[in-house]
Amino acid sequence: MISKKTLGSIAWHLGALAIAVVVLYPGAWMLLSAFKPTNQIVGSVSLIPHDASFDNFRTALNGIAGVSFWRFFLNSVILAVGAVVGTVLSASVTAYAFARIDFPGRKLWFALMIGTLLLPFHVVIIPQYIIFNNLGLVDTMVPLLIGKFLAAEAFFVFLMVQFMRGLPRELDEAAFLDGAGHVRIFRSITLPLMKPVLATASIFAFIWSWNDFFGPLLYLKNSDLYPLPVALRLFVDQTSTSDYGAQMAMAVLALAPVIIFFLVFQRYLIGGVATTGLKG
Amino acid sequence: MSVLEKPAAPAAAAPPQPPKRWKRHEVIAGYGFLTPWLIGFFGLTAVPMLASLYLSFTRYNLFGAPEWIGLDNYLLLFEDPQFRQAAKVTLMYAVIGTPLKLAAALAIAMLLNSKRRGQGFYRSVFYAPSLIGASVSIAIVWRALFIDDGIVDRIGSGVGLDWGGWIGNPSLVMPMFVLLTTWQFGAPMVIFLAGLKQVPNELYEAAAVDGAGRWRKFVSITLPMLSPVIFFNLLLEAIHSFQIFSSAFIISNGTGAPAGSSLFYTLYLYLRGFQDFRMGYASAMAWVLVLVVGALTFVMFKTSNAWVHYGGDER
Repeated sequence: MISKKTLGSIAWHLGALAIAVVVLYPGAWMLLSAFKPTNQIVGSVSLIPHDASFDNFRTALNGIAGVSFWRFFLNSVILAVGAVVGTVLSASVTAYAFARIDFPGRKLWFALMIGTLLLPFHVVIIPQYIIFNNLGLVDTMVPLLIGKFLAAEAFFVFLMVQFMRGLPRELDEAAFLDGAGHVRIFRSITLPLMKPVLATASIFAFIWSWNDFFGPLLYLKNSDLYPLPVALRLFVDQTSTSDYGAQMAMAVLALAPVIIFFLVFQRYLIGGVATTGLKG
Repeated sequence: MSVLEKPAAPAAAAPPQPPKRWKRHEVIAGYGFLTPWLIGFFGLTAVPMLASLYLSFTRYNLFGAPEWIGLDNYLLLFEDPQFRQAAKVTLMYAVIGTPLKLAAALAIAMLLNSKRRGQGFYRSVFYAPSLIGASVSIAIVWRALFIDDGIVDRIGSGVGLDWGGWIGNPSLVMPMFVLLTTWQFGAPMVIFLAGLKQVPNELYEAAAVDGAGRWRKFVSITLPMLSPVIFFNLLLEAIHSFQIFSSAFIISNGTGAPAGSSLFYTLYLYLRGFQDFRMGYASAMAWVLVLVVGALTFVMFKTSNAWVHYGGDER
């Protein structure tokens, strides 16, 4: 006899498994289609490739319009690493001011910072574009990176403020009595304690930068500077609807680092979402 | 643990006190540490916002000087059938997609909120689409899935539904985008899960003693206890849904086709502002959106007293 509890457990696992299959299907389909000949992709519900080959990847790695795939990849890496470095530096400093220093106007600035979380970005992109255009910075990576170094993404500041509020203050106070100033305290006490939240912020900054399409579409005209998402779009445009295999291969290559990051760091990502209550 | 509580409980929740004397070194350090953010705030947000407000009253094409035309852009907007289409499509997407996504997130969070083995694994798997859902790669996959004779079409034929490709069918494009956003239920699910863990178990035990069934427990305990989280998710997801761009751009190849069925607000703003270089017009569109988002936020906060239940120790 199977007990009622076991039955409930089986039902739970079947339900969760069914949802997992639906959730994973598009990704699995993309991955496995990349190994199929184009004529076996569209309309083929089956995931398993008949004549698996790397041909699609070879086509994708050939690049587009005389620019190699690895050039696009490198551009994506430059943008993403820049985003990580800028975000970690600027957001941690800003969060320290909000969480640990007592100065006039702090509450007002904090409220304004939170307000920018809700502000639709549409309202700033046109003047920003005009400014960068007048400065001759369109078609460079500067407009895509400068905001990261100025803590423009309130999510990260908020994430770090939340984390810092949970840190004990005793160490700060002891250091203060020993004559350490805020710069010292920040560098030698707070920053080392912030490693987990810095990790979370870095991973999000990397992935968001990696997936960003709107920014590069707006600011980069020269295909030598394209990161992967814009290159992918160009690729799809050029191959039109004919070569699905190569499209899927390139889509897989473009997502691969994100997937790897997710597999390695999922703990940090999910923890970050859960503690700030902000979406990923 | 959410933004909502912040205005009420920032670190210095001191009672009103006589004007305080600021310590000089604290003021210097405070503004020193805040300098990068302040530069960004004024240079990338505040000044551009004012500039876009000004531009919205002008005709400006990036070359030459902006020409003041008063409210003309705003008046033109409401006569522009494409603008109305964009507003309609985006509103429909927000009104249908957001509740569906949150309902899926809540239902699945409740399923996962148990101490069974594999809970953490499923949580990770379900979260994954939230990270990649807005990427160009996934937009390409979605297009391939929903194209004529694509998989979704085949599955439809298999069960006797002759709906053809969703991509080319103006009435099926919206459901396709709604499915794409619902597929990304993972991020709100993680937030709901964190909220569910905060609900004291004694409440359910007491209700069970009183003979309450599952549905009763859900309506009388889970929903009220979770209402701050629901409120917060609803607000953020709704605002977020106004900003959909990449997937619409990729799937319709930057046109909003067929028949304007994927002409989302951001896409239309992009086309007007950066393809036609009608930057005054696009700025007016941006400000209409700000007003809508502002009004939505205001209304949600105003009505929240009626349906959002804050625990005794907060507020």
